[in-house]
Amino acid sequence: MTKKKDVLLKIRNLRIEGYSNEHWVDIIKGVDLTLHRGEVMGLIGESGAGKSTIGAGAMGYARDGTRISEGSSVEFDGMELTTATESERRALRGNRIAYVAQSAAASFNPAHKIIDQHTEAPLHYRLQKRMEAQEDAMQLYEKLRLPHPHEIGFRYPHQVSGGQLQRAMTAMAMSCRPDLIIFDEPTTALDVTTQIEVLAAIRDIVDEYNTAAIYITHDLAVVAQMADTIKVLLKGEEVEEAPTEEMLDNPKEDYTKSLWAVRSFESPQRQRPKGEVPLISLQHIDAAYTAGPKILDDVSFDIYAGMTVAVVGESGSGKSTAARVITGLLPPQKGEVLFKGEPFTPDYRNRTKDELRQCQMIYQSADTSLNPKVRISEIIGRPAQFYSGLKGAALKNRVDELLDLIELEPALYYNRYPPELSGGQKQRIGIARALAAEPTFIICDEVTSALDQLVAEGILRLLDRLQNELNLAYMFITHDLATVRSIADEVVVMQQGKVVEQGPKDEMFQPPHHPYTDLLLSSVPEMDPNWLTTLLEERGVDNVGDAAAAKIAT
Amino acid sequence: MGDIAKLIGKRLGLGLVILLIISIIIFFMVELLPGDVAQAVLGQGATPENLAAMRKQMGLDQPAVVRYFGWLAGALTLDFGNSIVTGKAVMSIIGERFMNTLFLASYAAVIAVPISIILGVIVALLRNSIFDRVANVVTLTSISSPEFFLAYILILYFSIKWGMFPSNAKISDGMSFADLLWRTFLPALTLVLVVVAHMMRMTRASIIALLASPYIEMARLKGTPPWKVIVKHALPNAWAPIINVVALNLAYLITGVVLVEVVFVYPGIGQALVDAVSKRDFPVVQASCLIFAATYILLNLAADVGAILTNPRLRHPK
Repeated sequence: MTKKKDVLLKIRNLRIEGYSNEHWVDIIKGVDLTLHRGEVMGLIGESGAGKSTIGAGAMGYARDGTRISEGSSVEFDGMELTTATESERRALRGNRIAYVAQSAAASFNPAHKIIDQHTEAPLHYRLQKRMEAQEDAMQLYEKLRLPHPHEIGFRYPHQVSGGQLQRAMTAMAMSCRPDLIIFDEPTTALDVTTQIEVLAAIRDIVDEYNTAAIYITHDLAVVAQMADTIKVLLKGEEVEEAPTEEMLDNPKEDYTKSLWAVRSFESPQRQRPKGEVPLISLQHIDAAYTAGPKILDDVSFDIYAGMTVAVVGESGSGKSTAARVITGLLPPQKGEVLFKGEPFTPDYRNRTKDELRQCQMIYQSADTSLNPKVRISEIIGRPAQFYSGLKGAALKNRVDELLDLIELEPALYYNRYPPELSGGQKQRIGIARALAAEPTFIICDEVTSALDQLVAEGILRLLDRLQNELNLAYMFITHDLATVRSIADEVVVMQQGKVVEQGPKDEMFQPPHHPYTDLLLSSVPEMDPNWLTTLLEERGVDNVGDAAAAKIAT
Repeated sequence: MGDIAKLIGKRLGLGLVILLIISIIIFFMVELLPGDVAQAVLGQGATPENLAAMRKQMGLDQPAVVRYFGWLAGALTLDFGNSIVTGKAVMSIIGERFMNTLFLASYAAVIAVPISIILGVIVALLRNSIFDRVANVVTLTSISSPEFFLAYILILYFSIKWGMFPSNAKISDGMSFADLLWRTFLPALTLVLVVVAHMMRMTRASIIALLASPYIEMARLKGTPPWKVIVKHALPNAWAPIINVVALNLAYLITGVVLVEVVFVYPGIGQALVDAVSKRDFPVVQASCLIFAATYILLNLAADVGAILTNPRLRHPK
């Protein structure tokens, strides 16, 4: 696999500082990196490891508020970028080193047509005339299997889907046939089914033009498909580097081993209790936002006390809308929600305090769902006060008890504010806030998707422990099937507002499946470096991703 | 395109409703003032009989609602009745003056708008440089100084010391266009100085707010030069707030220039309004207020439409 030829990029002792709280602090603490022509290197690590900063640094680019320190060396094809002038560095960007950003939807300028953004670099560098550049763009679109390659470039970014935009951005990076492309989490924002198409496209094109690439991601299974070598980073420092297969089979450092072991947690599967009424039961629910199209179409499923039901599906499949119906934020148009067999008041405004307390939520982004200006004690104390009428010492004891439950030392956290906490700690506070109401049922809306894998695992273990201790029922909204595997008892698969399949977890992960479930399951990347190749051979390139999903829906 | 036509239609309808509400407010506020037109015409010494006869003659004995609709119907055909001071048609008094005000406002706008936007782009490009700071200080100083003060300073230098432009901006019908521009240069310049800071700073702020966007970083990482990043990638997405500030300032140029008109003895509508208020010439006051309100609404409407037209998401629906 590895094509050991001449060195293209040589980074030595790269140190990058960031400005925070009126001090320059090291973000990257002396990283070395050697990349040969045509080689793909995966950079992995958790958020804050400095992957993206190194990626930008490889282009001699320091983001606003950061600077490359003295003594660092970034040598691209014999040219030292750290001492080059800004215009010399700029002359490489887009031309010989290109960049593919995480969110194509945000990284395409909404004011210009896709093809005009594509041809900007070739025209700027006078490599091609406009017509030639457009011709070339269309050919790249065709290679990347974008639909209507001759026409799609003349649309504006918002008129094209996320997966297509990400491929268009890869095409744009190719426009000057660079020697090196930096891929910065190019598929993180995509659904699994869409991700495959993009991965396949990137791999094809990088192979075809023998482009070297740095592939930045936090997803090990993805990097296993893409990279020849993998470099693991932690807090701005290299942990280890090795060829992909060796790294997967035989990681040396403890930190790497712990990353590899993340997916090991699996909560024992519970079975439905016989002869009991479900705690929450959705019965033939139809729902829509004002005057819009139907978002939920005849949705029915049950959640039993003390059990976890995972609701999976792509974005737009209606998962979160189902949660809004249960919480009463969106009363259904048809059908009803039953709580312990009794009708649950449809509109939250008409619910009694006791009805309201039964059903709590934990949100995806703890950053935005906790008020940054309110102390932890008050965030957790408010619902305890509101639902249970606790005051004074009783209230303080309750908050301490809740902090103990989520494994945070009460004395240390009682008086702190959310911005002082890490992402995982914030999510724990979100959990404590939900528990403060003493609910029987909690909706967890993508609670781990904004977290690093190790942290996410801690949250899943905590939720599992709480479930056992307090006999809670969870509705787990997620698009991550690894999460489903580790925590769910039952699974509901949704597509375009309909439930396509539901059942106990062990059955769901065994064939035969509904074709959509099958597509979803087979789209989840696996650690095996040959997984993508095998999958594409088995299913055929036209039978993955959006195209396949569309076929099933009709 | 149909969507945009519908949007514009909606805004236009909304503007008309607002104008109607304002016409009600203007009419009945004047009604609330102590004393009525008959009293104003006849003076304090008039006998009750004379007053009653005068009211009957002027239709003032009718209920207010009836008179409102009569006034509104007239306003639709630009007939605002007659001045009670001179007896001439209101339109003949303020029509020409309004045109003069429009002329002065356009003169100032044609200079101020391009200057502010170009300056705004330049200071955004050279942000935190000496040029940026100097431009900020100068424009802030000019916006913080009272306009009559600016006007006197300009008169002191440009007409008294250097004798380049007249301090008296009295214009008449027979003047050539060049002569008009020359005579009204100082009032126009005063207005330019007052409005440039606001528009320039908004242009700078809107552009800089966008510089943290991923698509700006993408443009930089494609090797796009800094000026092109600003002009081609940031500016097209910054129009909506800029247009709004421009519209607000244009409205100010038309409705807020009384002081400048007085200083330069310019025959604009502001002066007419001041005269009318001091003489209790209610029909003129009402007409002027309604014209001002219509101007505000029209310019804000234009800003809304402009913001819609510069938003590619609305211009090119899915």
